[in-house]
Amino acid sequence: MRHLNFSGEEILETINMVRTEQLDIRTITVGISLLDCVSDSCQGLCRNIYDKVERITRDLRRVSAEIAEEFGLPIINNRIAVTPISLIAGRSTPAELLRIAETLDRAAHAVDVDFIGGFSTSVEKGMTQVDANLFAAIPEALAATKRVCASVNVGSTRAGLNMDAIADIGRIIKRTAELTRAESSIGCAKLVVFCNAVEDNPFMAGAFHGASEAEWAVNVGVSGPGVVLRAIKAAGDVDFGTLAAIIRRTAFKITRAGELVGRTAAARLGLPFGIVDLSLAPTPAEGDSVARILEEIGLERVGTHGSTAALALLNDAVKKGGAMASSYVGGLSGAFIPLSEDAGMIEAAERGSVTIDKLEAMTAVCSVGLDMIAIPGDTPAETIAAIIADEAAIGMINKKTTAVRLIPAAGKRVGDSVDFGGLLGRAPVIPVNTNSSRRLISRGGRIPSPLQALIN
Amino acid sequence: MAQTESAQSDTPKADRAIITIIGADRVGIIAGISAVLAEANVNILDISQSVIREFFTMIMMVDLAGAAVSFHALHERLMRKGEELAVRVEIQREEIFKAMHRI
Repeated sequence: MRHLNFSGEEILETINMVRTEQLDIRTITVGISLLDCVSDSCQGLCRNIYDKVERITRDLRRVSAEIAEEFGLPIINNRIAVTPISLIAGRSTPAELLRIAETLDRAAHAVDVDFIGGFSTSVEKGMTQVDANLFAAIPEALAATKRVCASVNVGSTRAGLNMDAIADIGRIIKRTAELTRAESSIGCAKLVVFCNAVEDNPFMAGAFHGASEAEWAVNVGVSGPGVVLRAIKAAGDVDFGTLAAIIRRTAFKITRAGELVGRTAAARLGLPFGIVDLSLAPTPAEGDSVARILEEIGLERVGTHGSTAALALLNDAVKKGGAMASSYVGGLSGAFIPLSEDAGMIEAAERGSVTIDKLEAMTAVCSVGLDMIAIPGDTPAETIAAIIADEAAIGMINKKTTAVRLIPAAGKRVGDSVDFGGLLGRAPVIPVNTNSSRRLISRGGRIPSPLQALIN
Repeated sequence: MAQTESAQSDTPKADRAIITIIGADRVGIIAGISAVLAEANVNILDISQSVIREFFTMIMMVDLAGAAVSFHALHERLMRKGEELAVRVEIQREEIFKAMHRI
């Protein structure tokens, strides 16, 4: 045994993680700066964007397939994140912004990636004309394209919450739902509203390549709820210290695999490696569920009392394990609880165990927020805005990223469900509080930044 | 099996891979897999076999440095041979195990 540096147990552990526990690299996301694409005409801008995106990512699919084969580790998605379009759109009108979105869609199609993120802007302190134009273009852009994802940052710990923008985005979400009514309002699944958005997140729909980023970067999102579930199941009724240690060790291994894939992909693409995002991201596949982990920790069904505590433990242990495994951990890094993408969450929502209020509480201790939640199509725009304001307030006060991705499913009521297919999954429509928040939302202005901002 | 001095090193070589064969023990598994490797000019550095978690498991460390075919082609040939022998065959570059199991 002079050459074999690994035990059979170790080798089989890795193989089983992939074959039976759904370990995968959820996404390789190439971040690309579009700052040098600026042009004095919309036509020139679109040409520059298309050429740059196509040139940088044309080998992505091939490289990704090679790496998946050589390491025996599936790579599920290949994606692109670009500079927030508001930063390069200059005087573009809403109609021209729509053309930019269509250009991004064509480029993503040409290199065969499933999503391209960055039809985005940051308006936490206030809006410029181009921000307003981008807001106006979002519903049509999401309806007219398949692969473009939009995001807006409406608040931060440093700036407070832009309640005018939040009021606007409530109406934009409603309009997007209406325009994509025939496809279960899928446009809303491609729109994320952030507080404290991060600039290197590789996960969609909220990925964009922030202004502080380099020319380009290869970021990787790993996943593996199934691996964590199997590990804690095998341990049985151990105490919390032991449980946390098991989760940490598992997260460490998953993150190391992610970093290796990211660095290898970066080297083969000739681009610098950025970060590993060590989030536990579920998929609708049975066994690939964060809800099931929480239930294994000791809940009869997720959503019951104790869910927030269990999630806090999980999220923190994942971060600790991952942080030890890689020098460049970034993105959102934590546990995701997207309702429609998690078999356990869907089941809990259908049985009334998990409600939007409990989900909101849970988002205070995990990444990222109220994600992929279908609500009745007749929910008023002000109520949607108020849900966003609540979530953003949690992010602002707790100095963390929070996000909202709500689908007010056009024509659907509580008890119906919407099916997006694939990774986006299926969402039962769950109730929201029907008392009005109209007066709160119509006040206008900003909620001031909290005292934590004034630390200099 | 060729021996080299650097074998003690913990550093994985980019051109080494681990082949794992899982299934029922039977005559001809080593011969069949070895034939595929020999034809591709892939050197076997080490072989071990044992029963792990109730499965017969054979693990080979191979050197791809002199391989006459691409990783993809070798992978395909091993999969075909595995089907013939009714065993599961995996081939993975060594780095993945180093990343996950060594600090």
